Amino acid sequence: MTDALVQVTGLKKTFDLSRPLINRILDRSGRQVVHAVDGVDFAIPRGQTLSLVGESGCGKSTVAKLLMGLTAPSGGSIRFDGVELAGRPAGSPPETRRRMQMIFQDPYASLNPRWRVARIIGEPMKSYGTHPDPADRRREVDRLLEFVGLSAADGEKFPHEFSGGQRQRISIARAISTKPEFLVCDEPTSALDVSVQAQILNLMRELQRELGLTYLFISHDLAVVNYISDMIGVMYLGRLVELAPAEEIFARPQHPYTRLLLDTIPDIGMKNRDIDRPAGEVPNPITPPLGCHFHPRCPHADARCRSEAPQFLPQGAAQVRCHAVAEGRLSPEPLRKAG
Amino acid sequence: MATPTPASAPPRPAPAGLIARALSGDVAWSFRHSWSARISALVLLILFAAAILAPWLANQNPYDIGELSLFDSELPPAWAEGGDARYWLGTDTLARDVYSSILYGLRLSLIVGFASVALAAVVGISLGLLGGFVGGIVDAAIMRFADVLLSFPTILVALLVNGIMRGALPPAQHQQAAIWVLILAIGLTNWVQYARTVRSSTMVERNKEYVQAARINGVSRAGIMVSHILPNVLGPVLVIATINLGMAVLTEATLSFLGVGMPATQPSLGTLIRIGNEYLFSGIWWVVIFPSVVLVALVLAVNLLGDWLRDALNPKLR
Repeated sequence: MTDALVQVTGLKKTFDLSRPLINRILDRSGRQVVHAVDGVDFAIPRGQTLSLVGESGCGKSTVAKLLMGLTAPSGGSIRFDGVELAGRPAGSPPETRRRMQMIFQDPYASLNPRWRVARIIGEPMKSYGTHPDPADRRREVDRLLEFVGLSAADGEKFPHEFSGGQRQRISIARAISTKPEFLVCDEPTSALDVSVQAQILNLMRELQRELGLTYLFISHDLAVVNYISDMIGVMYLGRLVELAPAEEIFARPQHPYTRLLLDTIPDIGMKNRDIDRPAGEVPNPITPPLGCHFHPRCPHADARCRSEAPQFLPQGAAQVRCHAVAEGRLSPEPLRKAG
Repeated sequence: MATPTPASAPPRPAPAGLIARALSGDVAWSFRHSWSARISALVLLILFAAAILAPWLANQNPYDIGELSLFDSELPPAWAEGGDARYWLGTDTLARDVYSSILYGLRLSLIVGFASVALAAVVGISLGLLGGFVGGIVDAAIMRFADVLLSFPTILVALLVNGIMRGALPPAQHQQAAIWVLILAIGLTNWVQYARTVRSSTMVERNKEYVQAARINGVSRAGIMVSHILPNVLGPVLVIATINLGMAVLTEATLSFLGVGMPATQPSLGTLIRIGNEYLFSGIWWVVIFPSVVLVALVLAVNLLGDWLRDALNPKLR
């Protein structure tokens, strides 16, 4: 992990949901703080893809925003190619931020409806000063449009003249316009039809191969994640519970929550269906369970799980945050057919 | 491996721009099918043309005392007994042609109306954009000030601004400055509506992903406000501005009627009505009636057109 392009250590983000001080005094209630991201560590080697998966509300989109500087972290460190970015706002320092870009979830909200496509794609080149000359910039926009599978003439159109998949292509063209090395993709395909999802994913893989991009890919869709990832991190209530190479996660999931997620993938043969699978809802993140956050839903929980938070420990090729796995209490999963 | 089909986002046809939207099918269709909108537009077109072409349409320049002849004072309209064909709407006590005075007065009323609406819009949009985007104490300060302003009747605030301005200026300059004082007084009392509307739209827009994309790309806060958010919050402003034009013309007329607006030597519609009102009981009805009819027609047409525009641009009513 020495040549990691992106290194995240102990990343934390808390949101203060407390009511005003005067109300708290009157009601004798304390502060209410949500630990949206609660000590996340990962590193992404250059040219690889790390995917973060988890249910909604587990903090994966917050990690994306923290990396891009859209919200300030409450603690921890974000290093990009050796430059510390925690505490620096979006766009600063420009020479580093130019090398990281983001693709958003909603292709309808991520493009300014009153701007022409050429201006949208050209904006990063203008503000980061990579193509200050308008004519030069326009040539680059045309090239980018054709690169992502649109035509140069589309630059004169407005975003509403395009379909969701085409808009996501515009979004990608904007993201690669400053020749970044690192792309954060926050559920880039979840608003698209399945057939269009495949096109966008193929385009992203092609980009990775041609431009040598590093991806942080955020998704709740394991099929998509399986297709694109080198490494997968599973998040639950603000913490990474398992981080492993993609084939490991699908073949030998260790954490009970990872196993639960994999079982939610529809399977025609209905194999691998145990009876003691955890059920239930994600607990309220304002008052997360003591000890291991997952213990109320976990079939293997014991007294230790209820009182003591597990550490993120290496287990084979993976890192797992689970007492049962560390103690060897958990029966190894039968080998799965990956994908 | 099967994937659950994601709910595809509903199509949201976004308007391309104000001009494109104004010419787009829906609004044009709505205009062709609204009698009140078409008649209002026609009335406004005639009144605007009359105001702009006043020097060519009028029989005399009512501001030029040299053109007036006191022998012709208090003449009734041309068709009434004792009327003079040269003054077809009659003359007032200073022998000014009522028809010419109305043309010039309409001109002044519209200048004050448009200028004060422009001033209110610029102030309101700027403050609303700033408050909505920056939030926090800046937003709180702007909006509380707006609330305080809104708790007074508009005319009272306008009177106050007017009074302060008049007190600050030397008496000799009152008459020349009267029109600017009116524009400032009316403009500075009407910005609250713009600020509130723009602020609420800005608060919605500033959290959208296209704004986040601009932040990621190092665009400054001012740049995001002006070039990204502003074009997306201007839609409702057009409707408010239209309806406010009627309000501004009425406020100007009220101030002038109360004697704190345009002076008698440079009469606006409101001043004409005030002058006419003084002689109404002497039987000189034409001096007050005709300017009043024009004022009512103007304000009614503007308001009807504003109502139509609000409905036509409201996607929920289509």
